[in-house]
Amino acid sequence: MTVRKNQAALTTDEKRRFVDAVLELKRSGRYDAFVTTHNAFILGDTDHGERTGHRSPSFLPWHRRFLLEFERALQEVDASVALPYWDWTADRSQRSSLWAPDFLGGTGRSLDGQVMDGPFATRAGKWQITVRVDGRTFLRRSLGTAVRELPTRAEVESVLNMPTYDMAPWNSASDGFRNHLEGWRGVNLHNRVHVWVGGHMATGASPNDPVFWLHHAYVDKLWAEWQRRHPGSGYLPAAGTPDVVDLDETMKPWNDTRPADLLDHTPHYTFDTD
Amino acid sequence: MPELSRRQALTTVAALATAAGVAAAPATAAPAATGGHHDPHSPAPFDEVYRGRRIQGRPATGGHAHHGAGYAVHIDGVELHLMRNADGTWISVVSHYDPVPTPRAAARAAVDELQGAALLPFPAN
Repeated sequence: MTVRKNQAALTTDEKRRFVDAVLELKRSGRYDAFVTTHNAFILGDTDHGERTGHRSPSFLPWHRRFLLEFERALQEVDASVALPYWDWTADRSQRSSLWAPDFLGGTGRSLDGQVMDGPFATRAGKWQITVRVDGRTFLRRSLGTAVRELPTRAEVESVLNMPTYDMAPWNSASDGFRNHLEGWRGVNLHNRVHVWVGGHMATGASPNDPVFWLHHAYVDKLWAEWQRRHPGSGYLPAAGTPDVVDLDETMKPWNDTRPADLLDHTPHYTFDTD
Repeated sequence: MPELSRRQALTTVAALATAAGVAAAPATAAPAATGGHHDPHSPAPFDEVYRGRRIQGRPATGGHAHHGAGYAVHIDGVELHLMRNADGTWISVVSHYDPVPTPRAAARAAVDELQGAALLPFPAN
């Protein structure tokens, strides 16, 4: 059974196995297909048109399925690997062990944002950016530059306390839990973390940075925490909403899974805190 | 080393998706029904040199597959993918999670982000 652990609690061996599996997906070309898919949905999801992966109720189940696909790919390389999560309310400094050279490497240099250490630095020879929006082929970060502070636990609590999953107009203007977690409205949780990391994480091709998966694994965990806190609240909308994935409608690009199939994470994995 | 453009990348993933028996992502699908009409509240055109780069913006005629924006921005002649949020703020593909008030602000944010690098064109299907 897959157990998703806090990245701060991983052993040296667990970190090495995770990194090696990611590098193998990159080498084989499978990694970049995930980047391409994500960017395609970023470009295609609009507030007043069809929206599936972002700025819509299905933001959470879409990314849950997307992470499951990635985790299964990792496990085909190394069956012992699970996606770790990054609790950015706790590990909120660029001195966190997350950014050490034995895991994800640190921030970029000021000249060009290039990450210079760790397994994903260009100089290590195994991480060329191929799915990209500009000419640069090296991984970039600028931790804590575009926004100074990561969200606090108190800010997370204020969002977890919202009892309604999502609300019309089911987009970036919505009130409710989903849009406050996504960050288009209010204290801004998920979006702000992308901005705090900077570099590729600030772009539509954000999965170019492996921290994408750890960030979204924590966003996914917050969804599970919200469900536990509000057992009487469910996914919305229920039916008949144009351009929006209702509870029992299938999601692109898989077309075989509905939000209803993804509400319970426990058939797929558990968290170290479950 | 492969120099994979985003057009090629999207083609690749479409092929992968097809091979896997699933539909292509929405970016490769037909334009949404929202395209094609002019927004009377569309921001004014602009044309300036910002940090050594020419940035231009103008209301777009006709719907673009990726936009829903009704407005096109170019950096040194290459189109920057732009999107308008429901509250009237703007984001671009290189600064996607950080809304700014105007298309010009999005263009300037993109120039800041690019640090002199060339923008790659995105597929216009």
